[in-house]
Amino acid sequence: MNALTAIGEALVLIGTFFYFLSALGLIRMPDVYNRMQTSTKSATLGSLGVMAGVGIWALGTDFGSAAWLTKSLVIATFLLLTNPISAHALIRAAYKSGIPLWEGSVVDKYREHLEAGKKEEVEAPKETPEEGGEE
Amino acid sequence: MIGINVYLVLIAIATLLSMYRVFRGPTTVDRLVAVDIMTTITAGLMVLFALYYKRMIFLDVALVYAILAFGGVIAFARYMEGGL
Repeated sequence: MNALTAIGEALVLIGTFFYFLSALGLIRMPDVYNRMQTSTKSATLGSLGVMAGVGIWALGTDFGSAAWLTKSLVIATFLLLTNPISAHALIRAAYKSGIPLWEGSVVDKYREHLEAGKKEEVEAPKETPEEGGEE
Repeated sequence: MIGINVYLVLIAIATLLSMYRVFRGPTTVDRLVAVDIMTTITAGLMVLFALYYKRMIFLDVALVYAILAFGGVIAFARYMEGGL
C-alpha cells in the first residue's frame, strides 16, 4: 500500500459513486430531457474518475507500467469527447419525434429558435433561399 | 484499502437502476438514454476488470467497446429522428 495506490483507490471510489448517482438520476427525474441532463454529465465525470484512478492505481502495483496510465487516459478522453455528442443526438431525436416536455418546464429555447428562424424566413424569403429554420 | 468489491457492488447497483429504466421507460428515447448510460458504465467496468485480472489487453477491449457503443447510439438516434 503506497501513495499511488491510495490515490487511485480514492479516484475509483469517487468515479463509481458518480456512476451510482447517474443511475439514480435516471430513475428520479421526471422526463427524458432531465434524465439525459443529469445522467450524461455524472456518468462522464464518473468515467473520468474511474479511468484516471485505474491508471494511477496500476502505477503503484508490481505489474503496472506507464502504458496503463496512457491507455486509461486515452479511453477517458474518448469518452469525454463522445458522450456529449451522443447525448445531443439522442435529445434531438427525442425533440423531433414529438416527446412533450415535463409540465413543470418553463423555458423551451429550441422552439423559440425554430420559431424565430421561421418568422425570419416569412418576413424575408428572398434573402434566405435555402431552408433555414424549416424543421 | 477498501478492496475492489465495493466498486463492483456500486457498479452493479447502478446497472440495476438503469435496467429498471430500460424495462419501465415510457418512450423509446428513455430506453435509449438508459442503454447509453449502461454502455458508459460497462466501459468503466471493463477497465476495472483489466486491473482485477492484471491483463492490459482488456483496456483495448474497453476502447473498442466504447467506439462501437458510440456508433450504435448515433445510429439509433438518427433512426429515431427519421434520417436513416
